[in-house]
Amino acid sequence: MTSINLLKPNKENLNLFLVLGALFFVLGILDFCLNNFQGKNITSFLPAYISFFTPLIFGMIGLHFIRIEFSGIKQLDNLNKNINTSNFNAALSISIILLIIFSVAPLLNWFVLDATFVGDSKEACTGGGACWVYIKTWFNRFMYGMYPNAEQWRVNATFIIVLGLMGAGYFFPLRYKKYLTFYYVIILPIISFLLIYYLISGGEFGLVWVETGAWGGLSLTFIVSFFSLIFCFPIGMMLALGRRSDLSVIKYSSLSFIEFWRGVPLITVLFMSAVMFPMFLPDGTYVDKLIRVIVAITLFEAAYTAEVIRGGLQALPRGQYDAAKSLGMGYWRLHLLVILPQALKLVIPGIANTFLALVKDTPLIFVVGLLELVGMLNLAKTNPKWLGFSMEGYVFAGIIFWIICYSMSKYSQSLELKYKTDR
Amino acid sequence: MNAQENMDTRGIEFGFGFLKKAASFDIQFSLIDYDGSMSYGRAYLVGLLNTLLVSFIGIILCTLLGAVIGVARLSPNYLIRKTASFYIEFFRNIPLLLQIFFWYFAALRALPMPEDAPLIFGSSFMTIKGFYTPAPVWNNFDVFMISLVVALFFIYFFNKFAKKKQEEEGKQYPKFLTSLGIFIILPALTFVIGGVDLSWSFPQLKQLALTSFTFDGGVGIPPELIALTLALTLYTATFIAENVRAGIQGVGKGQKEAAASIGLTTSQVLKLVVLPQALRIIIPPTTNQYLNLTKNSSLAAAIAYPDLVLVFAGTAMMQTGRAIEIVGITMATYLTISLSISLLMNWYNKRIAIQEK
Repeated sequence: MTSINLLKPNKENLNLFLVLGALFFVLGILDFCLNNFQGKNITSFLPAYISFFTPLIFGMIGLHFIRIEFSGIKQLDNLNKNINTSNFNAALSISIILLIIFSVAPLLNWFVLDATFVGDSKEACTGGGACWVYIKTWFNRFMYGMYPNAEQWRVNATFIIVLGLMGAGYFFPLRYKKYLTFYYVIILPIISFLLIYYLISGGEFGLVWVETGAWGGLSLTFIVSFFSLIFCFPIGMMLALGRRSDLSVIKYSSLSFIEFWRGVPLITVLFMSAVMFPMFLPDGTYVDKLIRVIVAITLFEAAYTAEVIRGGLQALPRGQYDAAKSLGMGYWRLHLLVILPQALKLVIPGIANTFLALVKDTPLIFVVGLLELVGMLNLAKTNPKWLGFSMEGYVFAGIIFWIICYSMSKYSQSLELKYKTDR
Repeated sequence: MNAQENMDTRGIEFGFGFLKKAASFDIQFSLIDYDGSMSYGRAYLVGLLNTLLVSFIGIILCTLLGAVIGVARLSPNYLIRKTASFYIEFFRNIPLLLQIFFWYFAALRALPMPEDAPLIFGSSFMTIKGFYTPAPVWNNFDVFMISLVVALFFIYFFNKFAKKKQEEEGKQYPKFLTSLGIFIILPALTFVIGGVDLSWSFPQLKQLALTSFTFDGGVGIPPELIALTLALTLYTATFIAENVRAGIQGVGKGQKEAAASIGLTTSQVLKLVVLPQALRIIIPPTTNQYLNLTKNSSLAAAIAYPDLVLVFAGTAMMQTGRAIEIVGITMATYLTISLSISLLMNWYNKRIAIQEK
């Protein structure tokens, strides 16, 4: 048996060091938990500034003891390789573990353990945690805005039909695959627009008319994002092609258009559509607020999409153009059949980012008085019966937006993999 | 033509004369002297400076945070790597406006009232009305500033001289230490001989009414500014972190190995080989993020931080009704900022681009 050197843990005394290390590690965690959750300081005999760091020091000593190379235990080697390569690394790992313990327990308490789920008024919320009753009571408002309760099936029906039509693209017979783009870019938007016009807005076929000012909540977020997404893509593509055009009129007008929209914040664009644009209209004409907003967001995001697509166009080698031209293709056939399919494939991540930015920008429409999800939250929190629950509302909206954006970005990553062709 | 008719019927004349008229509204937070009797032009300037202030602070903070997170994303330590990517995925997928609202209406509202606020670092207070911290009171501040400028001049010439010497004779000077020395010693000298004097004014609790307290003296940073800076920093840092990660990953492994094999030390490899190449990848998209941050700072209007949009396109437009001129000026201002930074960037890009033969 070799002598035990505490500074250099070795394989011969593996078990001893493992026990010592685990002991110190647990001691550190225990000290930390007692300190933070029970208000007891088991190291109070030490000066305050040392006592504060004892969990870290104990944890580091513990990790130091189990830092044994080639111990023969697979799990231990893996652990050491991943979080415990040096004292510095060990300190960082311990800090993060402590931070997780420190934040998870209060969060869990707030979200679940101390939270109130049942009830129908503010008085039901007596626990220290979140008041999910607030979200439950206001759920319809957060989803549909001021849309009348009795008519909300119309919004649901519209969304289900549009989703179904979007999914229908998957089941197209192979023979008609070439019309798929046409379907998505032209037919689907027209059907959706008609649906929204006749079903959500109403006024005909015996349906009550609901003005756009009453639309709101998450469904408005979806409506605005949907139309802006669909329109900004073709416009952006045209602008990108225009910017690379040989005709200087087209080139410079595209260029200045793109640079203008990219240079100003969206909030000022919305201001423009709300207060400046009506001044340029002839007397008596009126363009609906919602349409103005959608046009403004579309043009704004189209400029960004254009720059992303231009990046893809520039990345293609000259040979592609030359080869297509030598086959006798004209400008449009060349771009539609050869250049754009390759360029768009390259810029999937960039386009996804632009689309994500668009969805995240929709709350800004509050400046023209349209209240989507975030706007409704701000309205709800000023309701005298429900004062003081802004935290729950923002957390709720945050979770919803996070799910939407995260799934969009994951979907774009899968698309990127699907269309990846190694050259 | 329609615009002309519309303005006639509303009794509005087109023109920029209104900029000289008295604004007659107050602004809560201003970097320069301002009160209601001053002109709309002055109010515009106040708004512009507030926008630039929050952008400036935001850019510095998000660069630091983004660099740390970006490096952490590549750490060999599993926990650190995962924490960094959790941070990025979390903050970049939530709308910025929601984050601003969260900090302002939910998080900062949970802070104590001024009379109950605990002391932080022995001199500052974090309250629901903002962050109060000691303010420096200078004597002969201009002498101090001049000395700083002179020190920068000296550092510039010294570095030029040192570089020349190194190229001609291969002689190396301790560049960093000497520069730091000049930067500290010269301004410090002004305290001894230039008559410069620095003292601090501490925030004191003052009673306004029976239950209303505030702080007197020191600097008060309004909660709007804190919430806005916090949200802009946390949000933009996620994008910068991704840029930094891409930049570092973009430098080939062979470059580092080659540099190590010719005998450079680790810090030299980082400074002379990795960073110059990584920066070439990092800087262009990062400038874009800086621009985005500046433009996003206009969301300040939502929480009543008096930035350009709130002061000018909000209050001033409400009072004068001159929608076309005011929205035009506001947009032109942002456009000027964006285009000038883009031009600067293009110039810089050309300078650092690889010179291919």
